[in-house]
Amino acid sequence: MTTGKKTGSQLVVQGLIDEGVETIFGFPGGAVIPIYDVLYDAPVRHILTRHEQGAAHAADGYARATGRTGVCLATSGPGATNLVTGLSNAYMDSVPMVALTGQVAVPMIGNDSFQEADIYGITIPITKHNYLVKDINQLQRVIKEAFHIAKTGRPGPVLIDIPKDIQTFEVKARKIGEVRLPGYTPSTKGHPRQIEAIVRAIRNARRPVIYAGGGVIASGASAELKKFVRKSNIPITTTLMGKGAYPDGDPLSLGMPGMHGTKYSNYAIHEADLIMAMGVRFDDRVAGNVQKFAPLAKIIHIDIDPAEIGKRMAVDIPIVGDLKSILVMLNQKIETQTRKRWLERIDRLKEEYPLTYEKSGAVKPQFIIQTLSEMTKGQIIVSTDVGQHQMWAALFYQTTEPRRFLSSGGAGTMGYGFPAAIGAQVGQPDIPVVALCGDGSFQMCIQELATVRMYNIPVKIFIFNNGYLGMVRQWQEIFNDRRYSSTHLEFNPDFCKVAAGYEIPAFRVTQTAKVKPTIDKVLNMEGPVLVDFRVAPEENVIPMIPPGGGQTEFIGEGEDEE
Amino acid sequence: MMNNENRTISVLVDNEPGVLSRVTGLFSGRGFNIESLSVGETLDPTISRITLVTSGSPLIVEQIIKQLRKLINVIKVVDLTNTEFVEREMLLIKVRAEAASRAEVLRIVDIFRCKVVDASPHFYTVEVTGSESKIKAVLDLLAPLGIEEIVKTGKIAIARSRK
Repeated sequence: MTTGKKTGSQLVVQGLIDEGVETIFGFPGGAVIPIYDVLYDAPVRHILTRHEQGAAHAADGYARATGRTGVCLATSGPGATNLVTGLSNAYMDSVPMVALTGQVAVPMIGNDSFQEADIYGITIPITKHNYLVKDINQLQRVIKEAFHIAKTGRPGPVLIDIPKDIQTFEVKARKIGEVRLPGYTPSTKGHPRQIEAIVRAIRNARRPVIYAGGGVIASGASAELKKFVRKSNIPITTTLMGKGAYPDGDPLSLGMPGMHGTKYSNYAIHEADLIMAMGVRFDDRVAGNVQKFAPLAKIIHIDIDPAEIGKRMAVDIPIVGDLKSILVMLNQKIETQTRKRWLERIDRLKEEYPLTYEKSGAVKPQFIIQTLSEMTKGQIIVSTDVGQHQMWAALFYQTTEPRRFLSSGGAGTMGYGFPAAIGAQVGQPDIPVVALCGDGSFQMCIQELATVRMYNIPVKIFIFNNGYLGMVRQWQEIFNDRRYSSTHLEFNPDFCKVAAGYEIPAFRVTQTAKVKPTIDKVLNMEGPVLVDFRVAPEENVIPMIPPGGGQTEFIGEGEDEE
Repeated sequence: MMNNENRTISVLVDNEPGVLSRVTGLFSGRGFNIESLSVGETLDPTISRITLVTSGSPLIVEQIIKQLRKLINVIKVVDLTNTEFVEREMLLIKVRAEAASRAEVLRIVDIFRCKVVDASPHFYTVEVTGSESKIKAVLDLLAPLGIEEIVKTGKIAIARSRK
């Protein structure tokens, strides 16, 4: 790096380049004009979204699809606060992101200046770490630290708030040494004694189950996990965040656990004598009731974040460290076991409680997802919004590789799917990307249609249009006596006409017979395309365990109620 | 095991603006209790020490400590409760001291080795330093004489050196 005098904005952009950032997502405004001026002819691609929330989700989708740190940029005040949902979303799902925001000039801070918001204070609880840079001499160090923190340990979003005067001050650029953070030393190596304890527990277990989550993908441990599963013959359930960590459809795969998980995964957890939890956090959508979760099992918990261990679930064998390195060690030490009886039992559970849906009447959302899954063999990138279609996607779309299924897990952010697909497509231009959206969710970030058109980003948008906020409607049906309070979208726009307004080709599908030919046609089209699937309006996501329920307390299907 | 016992936790943090806000925000955001809190610089001016007293079940306290350790600006967290440590807090008491009671106030001050740090025709301001129980005892004795106002610090604590 040259050591002449540079403005703060030049240092920011140079910092991005030094960190290997090729693409950022953002929206300009008064307090970031100096940064945008540098970006004007910098070797960093800037994707202009139509709303800062879209930029944040796109950076998130980019990060999930590529494994690299996503970057977004917004101005002060409303620009910055519009990033908040995206940051919270990335924080809940441990996605590495760096958000840059402009701030009013340092002497103006605290005066309720125009477009001032205390975004540093606002984002403390929803970022892994954040900065307000009030001294230009700290800027280079802060940028380097931010990328280091976002990517290492348990990944997460980091925000850097940069006052406008700092962006214009000039300073001599310095060489920045290694990051030195005495308060931040994530442990990576698992403790050898705990490794031995795990190996013994596996050897003695009769009915072990692996419960794997987003940590496997964050750690890049899928290959090691596959090796581990093959060698140990332990059936594996993968969470929404862990989808793709192990191939769906594999004989040892149990699919998703929890509230809307497969029945056989939940029964397997219930009957297990050993649970190997890997990169998961026993969240309430998986373990609705920790007292009833795996009552017969010894619990092993592997995670890089010590605070996750014992947070919700009492653990018998905890081990803190990087999952990949721990799995490498385990793979060297475990013995091959056939587990014939347990795997027979698993097969029987799968036969007894198959994942299915009623194939009659209107176009079934499950059918659309199943068809897409079969046609693409799970080889494309799929992003989802939040709600019923998300759960159907989790259940019926068979993901075979990590970083190919992007979904808002912890935060449950409606409106995530479409902008995340944009980010994913920008980061992975050679892999087809389909955004699976609800009609409710899609309207939360519908403005990004302009973004895909402007850059000709070939995302395919599938809207599961049932005219309802379907998941809430389902809860109202079950728990509130069918009082559909404000969940019926009595007016929806004509999505095809909306697409036409953005000069995006669109199709409407109202018959089951048209599902496959339309998907086939759309996947072979260039550029963005929208499909408005008119699906069965009151279809429910089944299986279902009510909130707070144990793994076998299914509801909503008459014959199975206990 | 006792539930909801008080724990005295010593936290070394970067001496930077916003760090206290991170710590207190963590407590309010996760529903943890803070009974008392005090902050001051250490020998190294780039590092501050937060001494906080919290309460909760052993599981909660474990979670509090782990969550504190996750903060990037937190360098070290020690639960002093499990060790030998000395704790002090300080109280300033403005107590009514009229002709009839001036001598009585001074007697109490003397017994507890407190200090009168301000005197006026009607009031003494008394400084008390000590453990929670000593401070409570002084307050109980002075109360009947008429306490006008009190100001109390948070607790500070330090581990005892090995003998």
